[in-house]
Amino acid sequence: MTTPVLDVRGLAFAYPDGHQALYGVDLHVHRGERVALLGPNGAGKTTLVLHLNGILTAGAGSVAVSGLPVTKENVPEIRRRVGIVFQDPDDQLFMGTVRQDVGFGPANLGLRGDELEARVQSALELVGMAEYADRPPHHLSFGQRRRVAVATVLAMEPEILVLDEPSSNLDPASRRELADILRSLDVTVLMVTHDLPYALELCPRAVVLSDGQVVADGATYDVLTDDALMRAHRLELPFGFDPRTVGVPPVTG
Amino acid sequence: MGSPHGHKLHFHGHSPIHRAPAHLKILALLAFVLVVVATPKHWFAAYAVHLAVVVAVVAISRVPPTYLLKRMVVEVPFVVFAVLLPFVAHGPQTEVLGVSVSESGLLSAWALLAKGTLGVLASLTLAATTEPQQLLLGLERLRLPNLLVQIMGFMVRYLDVVTTEMHRMRIARESRGFTARNPRHWPVLAKSAGALFIRSYERGERVHLAMLSRGYTGRMPRS
Repeated sequence: MTTPVLDVRGLAFAYPDGHQALYGVDLHVHRGERVALLGPNGAGKTTLVLHLNGILTAGAGSVAVSGLPVTKENVPEIRRRVGIVFQDPDDQLFMGTVRQDVGFGPANLGLRGDELEARVQSALELVGMAEYADRPPHHLSFGQRRRVAVATVLAMEPEILVLDEPSSNLDPASRRELADILRSLDVTVLMVTHDLPYALELCPRAVVLSDGQVVADGATYDVLTDDALMRAHRLELPFGFDPRTVGVPPVTG
Repeated sequence: MGSPHGHKLHFHGHSPIHRAPAHLKILALLAFVLVVVATPKHWFAAYAVHLAVVVAVVAISRVPPTYLLKRMVVEVPFVVFAVLLPFVAHGPQTEVLGVSVSESGLLSAWALLAKGTLGVLASLTLAATTEPQQLLLGLERLRLPNLLVQIMGFMVRYLDVVTTEMHRMRIARESRGFTARNPRHWPVLAKSAGALFIRSYERGERVHLAMLSRGYTGRMPRS
């Protein structure tokens, strides 16, 4: 089998205050996969995500991205390969215009001039925000800001796109538009979410993290229909939503 | 509850003043303020000339004078201080409207008021005719240290975010039946300010995290 895009082995981590967040996590994501990372609040999802691009360093175990281990000297290349879209777009968009913001990542990679402009343009086109390039980010709607936040990361041409709660605070139309965009991208996705219908719609595979351990890893449909597992890890489907009546969405991308 | 469009100090327009390069406007403002500050207190005619210059610039910029006047409330604390001066200063006394006040205090108050007003008016005119983004570019062209320009850029970007957050907190307070009416309520306001500070601080950390995740190394990339 080919080298996984994401290869997490035996990852353990404790915060400086002694709180142990991860107890030996194993996770492999292969090229082109879209994986949902599910789990109750406090399960360690965010801690795991921050290990993927070297913001936090493993207490034990290892993380590798396309074969490149996450170590101090590899951090610049790791951050190019792993694009994280944070939950609050206001945290991610801090420049004066959308164009500058989307250009920030690639410019840090050393791109300049026409090449940089082309990257910015294509990233904005992927999320349907090209016409807003010269607007200040804080004048956009929340849904538009979320899309620009995705573009800021796409502009770095990452090998894996990591989304933290992509559907939170979006109205249903923006939520659906973002789903369309994510489906249209030719990129490996790891999506951290509480939005289980969204996970079923977008990700054929789901991983459940609970108390710092992977407790399930399989087809999203199977995970969501395993009542005992769901109950044991505080996962609940929203009222009126039953995967059994919805069925498995056709696999695309 | 989105933030209102446009910056609250900026008045959109296409006058020659609006179009002038930002760094020239900044230099002009700086020179003007220095001249005003250096003008001796009793050169009353000179102050009339200064005022005429600002008024002329405002007229050319076609920013409505009321727009600027409304924003001059920031000067109020200085006005209060200036009004107090004639009463607290020592030296020869003089009569104004039947009240005995200090002569030197009166002159100082006049100078403080005149210089302050001219400075504020000129600065507001710059702010009204220059987009914040242009202002930052202008400062950068004037070789202001990159770090300072970055800090100002963040201030411009997050000013709205923090003020809307403050606004939301006020609405949440009032929705629970609280309105600050007298000094006994101030501790609550102080706690809100503290909470706002901590939230902003934490947001700063999250922004930094997001920047690091996109390869930030401590310098803004030149594009």
